[in-house]
Amino acid sequence: MAHITLPDGLPGIRGPMAFRPETARPINELVDILLQGPHTLSRGERELIATFVSEQNDCRYCQTIHGAIAAYHLHGDEQLVVKVKSDPQGAPISDKLKALLTIAGKTAESGKAVTPEDIARARAHGATDLEIHDAVLIAAVFCMCNRYVDGLATWAPDDPDFYRQRAALVAQNGYAASTLQGTDPERR
Amino acid sequence: MPHIALPEGLPGITSGFAFRPETARPMRELAEVLLRGANTLTRAEREMIATLVSDRNDCHFCQASHRAAAAHHLNGNYAVVDAVKRDFQSAPISPKLKALLAIAAKVQQSGRQVTASDVAAARAAGACDTEIHDAVLIAAAFCMFNRYVDGLATFTPRDEEGYDQMGQRMARDGYAQRDADGAHHSS
Repeated sequence: MAHITLPDGLPGIRGPMAFRPETARPINELVDILLQGPHTLSRGERELIATFVSEQNDCRYCQTIHGAIAAYHLHGDEQLVVKVKSDPQGAPISDKLKALLTIAGKTAESGKAVTPEDIARARAHGATDLEIHDAVLIAAVFCMCNRYVDGLATWAPDDPDFYRQRAALVAQNGYAASTLQGTDPERR
Repeated sequence: MPHIALPEGLPGITSGFAFRPETARPMRELAEVLLRGANTLTRAEREMIATLVSDRNDCHFCQASHRAAAAHHLNGNYAVVDAVKRDFQSAPISPKLKALLAIAAKVQQSGRQVTASDVAAARAAGACDTEIHDAVLIAAAFCMFNRYVDGLATFTPRDEEGYDQMGQRMARDGYAQRDADGAHHSS
């Protein structure tokens, strides 16, 4: 049971977002820009960063929904998402993304854990300043979202199909539109 | 030296904001709503939550600037803010704020650390659901801001005087984006 009285039937972050729309708006805008806005990193790559950080923070709702959205963007390859979560450096992804995941993982521990060597490695594999900036900020944002979701003890569905359906909706409509509209077919 | 080429001469988070204005806008808005919007918690109380979390995350820029903002909301009373940083349970603050700081301190470690009894203690001290929600989200948001500031190795000034002036501006003007003429963007 959630720590405070949240609107019924909304899992994960969507409960507190419906509880407090004033703070939901900027959070959704930020996530939309970082994960869905125009970018040199693909949407799949950015969702993998979000998923990896959420897994490190042991946030079940966030890692499952963002893992499902990542898979949606990656031709449904759920095995790749599992591999990135458990062993990113051994996963069949680009060296650039591996280096950015290292930076994101360190940011999740503490911003101070990121070293000039981590940055140099990302640059050597072709990462731009904007890509490094966004890897750090995506990791930081999910350190917020994960704590928000678990700090209020929100509810997370068990059914993997719930997340697959939700992932398609978010991937097609964006975060702000999907979170604040009450028309989702899977709302229960 | 910052990890990426950030605009020179800007301290802490302001350099990240100048580098990427698209993400700065919602981050500023979130800080404005949480720390200065209409609330049953005072602005000083909310700034103290931000300061405690930033201090626990060892983010000098955030803790020094929000410490100063909290003090300026209290007519310059740094002693209370420093007592909160040192040991909030013995600080001269309300039992409700102590209970909310205890929740925030757990969120700083992990959201999973917050227990039903932490929340019950806050309720017993008079906290409502929105206050508990905001204590959790302020703590979570500063786990973001702190990592953003330090993860890019932004420029961190070390002079106390500069932070005092920064805190005064934060307490007076807030966090929302401003146009060149100083007017707030409508948001």
